[in-house]
Amino acid sequence: MSTMTQTAVQVYTVFIKASPEQIWDAITKPEFTSKYFYGSLVDSTLEPGSPIIGWSPDREQKLTDGEILESDPPHRLRYSWRSLWDESQAAEEASRVTWEIEPQEGGVSKLSVVHDRLEHSPKTAESVAGGWMYILSGLKTLLETGEPLAQI
Amino acid sequence: MGSVTDRSPIPDPADEAVFRALADPTRRAILDRLFEQDGQSLGEIERAFDMSRFGVMKHLRVLEDAGLVATHRVGRSKLHFLNPVPIRLIHDRWIDKYTEHRVSALADLKRELEETG
Repeated sequence: MSTMTQTAVQVYTVFIKASPEQIWDAITKPEFTSKYFYGSLVDSTLEPGSPIIGWSPDREQKLTDGEILESDPPHRLRYSWRSLWDESQAAEEASRVTWEIEPQEGGVSKLSVVHDRLEHSPKTAESVAGGWMYILSGLKTLLETGEPLAQI
Repeated sequence: MGSVTDRSPIPDPADEAVFRALADPTRRAILDRLFEQDGQSLGEIERAFDMSRFGVMKHLRVLEDAGLVATHRVGRSKLHFLNPVPIRLIHDRWIDKYTEHRVSALADLKRELEETG
């Protein structure tokens, strides 16, 4: 992705044969995130103003952290985002992640991720670009087949 | 999941839409523009093509329906973003087994080096 000019907003979508509730659980429960989110374990009460942390698989290290800005299950979850797995990214300003789940016909849901407020966080923007693509395709595969993607 | 004896697989509408969208050179060129500069308005995309606004809109609609382009409102403008997820899923479908093989080959190599080293 190095030739791509990074902008302050990134948008990703995927259609998943699953209910909004199933997708909500997959985003907010660690037993699911460990299978598609680079092994990270999500940890949050989801109350606005409370923290949301992505722990490393051994729970020793915070990979990401942020604060819940909005939580409307099973439709919309928004929080601030800092990448802590890399020092130069951790030093950048916090950005913002919004998950939206919209039910479609035929038991399919449309899931979108908007990662914005990246104006002052170019290293984070570059790093997450390929990551969201991998995460969303892994999430779809997990929910539709019950199997995680091969780890790369 | 179909078995190997399937003679005529039932087409997956989502897959069909992706391949149909990618079959057109103008639509691939639109994706190339968005790859170079993500998050463009209709006007910006239109300027790059010798085509009516209606024509560009029609192509964008096909790309959006296939999930290859995602739109998002920023302030007053509706911006178009390249959404690579469907292409990633095509990759996963046919390339994953090679990746797995590479990963397991590396794991074997590591084990071997550690045992002999």
